[in-house]
Amino acid sequence: AALCAALALSAPARAAAPAAPRGPADRAAVGRLLFLEGCASCHGADARGMPGRAPSLQGAGAGAADFYLTTGRMPLDAPGDPPLRTRPAYGPDDIAAIVAYVGSLGGPPIPDPHPERGSLREGLQAFTEHCAGCHQVAARGGIVTGAAAPALDEATPVQIAEAVRTGPYLMPVFPPAVIGERELDSIIRYIELTRDPDNRGGAGIGNVGPIPEGMVAWLVAGVALLIVARLIGERTPS
Amino acid sequence: MSGLARALGWAAAALVLLLARRLRRRPEPAQLAPPPAEDASPAPPEHLPDPRAELWVAGLLGLAALLAAGFVVVDVLDPRHATQLMGLCLGLCLAALAAAAVLAGKRLVAQETAVEERPQLEHPEEQERVADLIEQPRRGISRRRLLKAAAGAAGAAVGGALIVPLASLGPVADQQELLKEDPWRSGTRLIDLEGRALAAAAVPLGGFVSAFPEGADPESLGSPLVVLRIAVDQLRLPPERAGWAPEGIMAFSKICTHAGCAIELFRYPLYAPTSPGPALVCPCHYSTFDVRTGGERTFGPAARPLPQLPLQIDGDGHLRAGGPLSAPPGPSWWGVRL
Repeated sequence: AALCAALALSAPARAAAPAAPRGPADRAAVGRLLFLEGCASCHGADARGMPGRAPSLQGAGAGAADFYLTTGRMPLDAPGDPPLRTRPAYGPDDIAAIVAYVGSLGGPPIPDPHPERGSLREGLQAFTEHCAGCHQVAARGGIVTGAAAPALDEATPVQIAEAVRTGPYLMPVFPPAVIGERELDSIIRYIELTRDPDNRGGAGIGNVGPIPEGMVAWLVAGVALLIVARLIGERTPS
Repeated sequence: MSGLARALGWAAAALVLLLARRLRRRPEPAQLAPPPAEDASPAPPEHLPDPRAELWVAGLLGLAALLAAGFVVVDVLDPRHATQLMGLCLGLCLAALAAAAVLAGKRLVAQETAVEERPQLEHPEEQERVADLIEQPRRGISRRRLLKAAAGAAGAAVGGALIVPLASLGPVADQQELLKEDPWRSGTRLIDLEGRALAAAAVPLGGFVSAFPEGADPESLGSPLVVLRIAVDQLRLPPERAGWAPEGIMAFSKICTHAGCAIELFRYPLYAPTSPGPALVCPCHYSTFDVRTGGERTFGPAARPLPQLPLQIDGDGHLRAGGPLSAPPGPSWWGVRL
């Protein structure tokens, strides 16, 4: 309770600091300055993109901006690089400011998923149908030609929802007509399960199923048995 | 479960005890009885029981007993979370038993080769009788020809059974007509997984859905489709397929033309100029089909393009087939491969 109180006290204290933006408009103004500094070299000073370099962010939405910034996928070192998950380049306040600026250009907001409302059974079904082709049923990621589908072990529920609705990089878009809100909650709940599945013992070997387990059995145990058989066998003297 | 495991543990312990007792008894006569005199046997004993090996075997058996007991203890004390520990105990126990058995067999049991001289038979008549006795079974086969014929028939039948299926590879039993079966006619409505008519608006830009023909067997090779939408200005369809992709919506057979896997991967770049282009990718061997050009293969082992279904949007905004698939659906086989 004391911790909660301390947090409750510290939050308004931070908001009251002179440098921090007060209202949404202030925040977007700060975000615009950060955007001009860190993003405009590719996306353009008015966020309308540059042909062959980076897309326009008009109508991209706060969700897409939040996804790319909180997962550290933006900013890129060079325009052609594949966006990969890294440590975010900005702190939470700066990200909130840039997201507010990009959000002010129109587009869908940051989604608000509730994985606790989802069902694991539906989640497995929907994940298998829509996501497992690229991300594997164990959510350990995979390959599409030309790019890698990332593992989902670090993605937060909000980031998963943002990716589903935005379709970042090569990922297709799944609007509510294809994956409903409840289905999305179920998918996120299932992804959370894949991080810490109920292993029955031993090394999980990525939890990708019987194939790696069989490989271990054949390549390790089979070879060991052959060696033992060779060692204890005797040749008849000719 | 834990009852069974406990029983296993007891059984292992009992086995260890039994083996230990038998082995303790067994070496004694070998030690007491002196090795046969060297002149009596042409080959001297290859191994004599090694007293040190006895200690080793006893030690290994003791270890096995301890591990088996440990298995039982772990099971009783912590039956829920210690499956690994139980497995380790039982596994090492069995390994120790095996090592003990190997060591006992190689070092503990005396191994020698002895040849016993057989005395000459005294009477020549008796010798003949014995030889006759030995020859007897060979003459006992009275239906030699019958057996030969039966064996020949079996051999021929098995050989034939192996050879005849080869015919299905050639033109004699060509199945192309069967495989060309196509459930799509001009005007067939597309339905989604729940059986509802698929609306054009339900296919998002940069997204994909699965679809089937209305009123046809969804298990048929040509039935499953992947329906997707790309930006109209990205289309690079050949002229004869103009109008096959209304509003940028395209439909392809979901069955890969390489090995028949279901195509589950759709790659759609958020920003095309700096990314690989939109494509369907098969998860089995990564055959990649460029959707902009109507399913041409750009990578992977597939030998021919993905069959495309011409689409139309009817007055209600639902998707309908504009004709049959552009090519036979399904994995490649001789004659259709090219």
